[in-house]
Amino acid sequence: MLEIKNIHAKAGDKDILKNLNLTVKPGEVHAIMGPNGSGKSTLGNLLAGMPHVQATEGSVSFKGKDLLELEPEERAGEGVFLAFQYPVEIPGVNNMYFLRTAYNAQRKYRGQDGIDSAGFMRMVKDKIKQLHMKDDLLKRPVNVGFSGGEKKRNEVFQMAVLEPTLAILDETDSGLDIDALKIVADGVNQLRSEDRSFIIITHYQRLLDYIEPDYVHVLADGEIVKSGTKKLALELEEQGYGWLDV
Amino acid sequence: MSEQNEVVIDNQLVRNRANERYKEGFYTDIESVTIPPGLNEETIRLISAKKKEPEWLLEYRLNAYREWLKMPTPDWAKLKVPEIDFQAISYYSSPKTKAENAPKSLDEVDPKILETYEKLGVPLHERERLAGVAVDAVFDSVSVGTTFRKELAEAGVIFCSFSEAVQDHPELVREHLGTVVPPRDNYFAALNAAVFSDGSFVYIPKDTRCPMELSTYFRINANHTGQFERTLIIAEPGSHVSYLEGCTAPMRDENQLHAAVVELIAKDEANIKYSTVQNWYPGDEDGKGGIYNFVTKRGNCAGKNSKISWTQVETGSAITWKYPSCILRGDNSSGEFYSVALTNNYQQADTGTKMIHLGKNTKSTIISKGISVGKSQNSYRGLVRVAKRADHAKNFTQCDSLLIGKECGAHTFPYTESANMTAQVEHEATTSKISEDQMNYCLQRGIPEEEAISLIVDGFCKQVFKELPMEFAVEAKALLDVSLEGAIG
Repeated sequence: MLEIKNIHAKAGDKDILKNLNLTVKPGEVHAIMGPNGSGKSTLGNLLAGMPHVQATEGSVSFKGKDLLELEPEERAGEGVFLAFQYPVEIPGVNNMYFLRTAYNAQRKYRGQDGIDSAGFMRMVKDKIKQLHMKDDLLKRPVNVGFSGGEKKRNEVFQMAVLEPTLAILDETDSGLDIDALKIVADGVNQLRSEDRSFIIITHYQRLLDYIEPDYVHVLADGEIVKSGTKKLALELEEQGYGWLDV
Repeated sequence: MSEQNEVVIDNQLVRNRANERYKEGFYTDIESVTIPPGLNEETIRLISAKKKEPEWLLEYRLNAYREWLKMPTPDWAKLKVPEIDFQAISYYSSPKTKAENAPKSLDEVDPKILETYEKLGVPLHERERLAGVAVDAVFDSVSVGTTFRKELAEAGVIFCSFSEAVQDHPELVREHLGTVVPPRDNYFAALNAAVFSDGSFVYIPKDTRCPMELSTYFRINANHTGQFERTLIIAEPGSHVSYLEGCTAPMRDENQLHAAVVELIAKDEANIKYSTVQNWYPGDEDGKGGIYNFVTKRGNCAGKNSKISWTQVETGSAITWKYPSCILRGDNSSGEFYSVALTNNYQQADTGTKMIHLGKNTKSTIISKGISVGKSQNSYRGLVRVAKRADHAKNFTQCDSLLIGKECGAHTFPYTESANMTAQVEHEATTSKISEDQMNYCLQRGIPEEEAISLIVDGFCKQVFKELPMEFAVEAKALLDVSLEGAIG
C-alpha cells in the first residue's frame, strides 16, 4: 500500500530524513519510535504533504500512485490522514460543519455525491457513541478551548469519520493521562481492519501497550536504524535509545 | 430645463453576464427619464417639482444645499478619494412608466424592472416572494413598488416609498425628518438632504410588532447617475421592527456616487433591528469603476428601554465611508453594531460606529470584523462617548481584523471619551492572518484552498452572521465567498 524508497527530505532548510525506506502493507500497524529530533514528525508531515517538508531524493508510492506529486488535499482524498501533534484551533467553525466540509470534499475528490447534514449527523452521532466520546464535541468550534486530551480525542474522532486507508498518528499519546490514552487507543483499535494501515509515531512505549503494532522501527538521525516486532519497543523502554549507539 | 429621454442600447448586458464574479453587474436596458447632469438650485427645484413636494420640503432642500456649498469635503477618513465632479452627475433618473405618477400596483410596473429584481433574487410578485418579507424596490431615483401593503396596513404599519410618505403622511415626515441626522450634520448628509430622490418610509404604531420583515432593495441602473436615498423609520412606544436592506449596481468603468441618509427613531420600549447587505459594484481587479458609498446612518434611542441594533455586511463599493451610529438618549436604552467589512483588490473601506451615551444605564456593544484581501485597505473607526449624566453606562467593543495576503492593510481607530466616572468601557482588538497551520489542517482533511479560506473567514464572521435574519445570513455567506475569489494567488 505504501512504499517509501530512499527518501531524503528537508524541513525548512534543514536536512532531516536521510535514506529512509519503509513498506507498509494493508492492515499493518507500524510504530515509529526514536529520540527527539530524529525526524519522526518530519516523516508524518512528508507523507501528508505539509508544505514545509520537501523530499530532495527518493520516492513514495501510495496505492500505486506517486504520492509526492499530489497536493495535500488530494492525498487526503486518496485516504491519507494525519492526526496532528498540535491540532490547530479554527474559531467560529463548528466541528461538525468542519468535518462535513472535509467529508464531502473527499467524496467529491473520489467522484462521489455529498451527504446532507441530516444524514451526516446520524452517522457522526453513531461514531461518537462507539468511541465513548461526548456529543458536545460536535457543536464546539474546532479545537477552540479544548484541553490537550480533548484535542487528541478530536483527532481520533475525525479519523473515525473520514475512514482513511492510511492513518498517521503523530505523537497522539503525548500529554495524555491514562484514561485519555485508553480512549484514544480504543478508537484506533476499533478502526483497525485488513484494508486500513497505521503509522504510529511515538516517543514512548506506553501507547503500544494498548495498540499492538505489527512492526516497530527505530528512527535515529533521519534513518531507520533498527526494525523489529513489539519486543523491540519493550527493549527500548528498558534500555533507552542509548544502546542503539546512535 | 427640459426632460430628456435617454435610451441606451448596449451590449454590456452580454459582456457582464460573461463575468460571473459580480453577477449583479448587469444593466437593464430600459427607457428612463434622466435629468441632465449638474447641481444648482434649479436642479433641486426640478426634483422637488417632479415629486410634487410641499413648499416646506423644498425649503428644507434648498437650505441644506446652501449649507452644503459652505462645507469642505471631509478628509479625515483613511481613504484616498479622487475629486468628485458634482456637476457631472445626474441627480434624478427614473424608469419611464405608462402611468403619470408612480405605479400604484405591481401590475403597472414595467415587466423589465420586475425581471431585473427577479434576476437579483428579489421577486416582487408576492406569490413568489420569500415567505414573510415585504419589499420596497428602489430603482435609480424612485421606488418602483412595495409589496404586502394590504397585510401591513391591517397591522397599522406604514411601509411605502419616501415620496409617497411625503404625499400621504406629510405630518409624520415633517415631524421626524432631519431630527436624527440634521442637514448640516456632514458634507454628504447635507448633499443628500438637498437632492434626495426616494427611499423607504416605515412607521410602526404603538405596541405593534411588525408582522413580517421589511426590506428595501436598492438598485442603481442608469449611468452617470448618483443615488441619494433617504430612509426614515419611526418606531412608536412598545413597537418592534426588523428591516433589511440590499444594494447592487451594474459594472461600469466610471465611478458612481451613492450618498444615502438613514434615520431611525425608537421611542419608549421600542426595538429596531436594521440589517444591511451592501454589495454595490466594487470596481474591477485593477481598481477601475465601482461605487463611492458615502452613507450617514444614525439611530436615536429616544425613549427609555429602547433598542437599536445595526448589522452590516459590507462587501461592495470601491470606497465605503459609513458609520451607523446610536444616540442612547433614553435611560436603559441600548445600541448594537455588528459589522463585517470585506475589501478585495483596490477597495477601500473606512467604517465603524458611534455610540453616544446620554441616558443612565445605557449599554452599547460593538463587534467589528474587518477582512482585507489583495491590495485593499480596511479601517475600523469607532467612537464611544459617555456624557456627564450617563451614570453606569457600559460599552463593550471588539474589533478583529483578518489579513489575507501581504499587500493589504487593516487599521483600527477607536476613540473613547468619557465624562462620567461610573462608565465602563471595554475594548478588545486583534489582528490576525489566516495561519499556515490552519490552512494545512484544512488541506490535510481534504478541503481545497479556496474552500478552506471561505471556511475560516466564515468562522471569523460568525458572531456577526448570527445576528442576521436567516435568509440574509445565507446570502451574506455566499457573497463573502464570491468576494474572496482570487484571494489566493
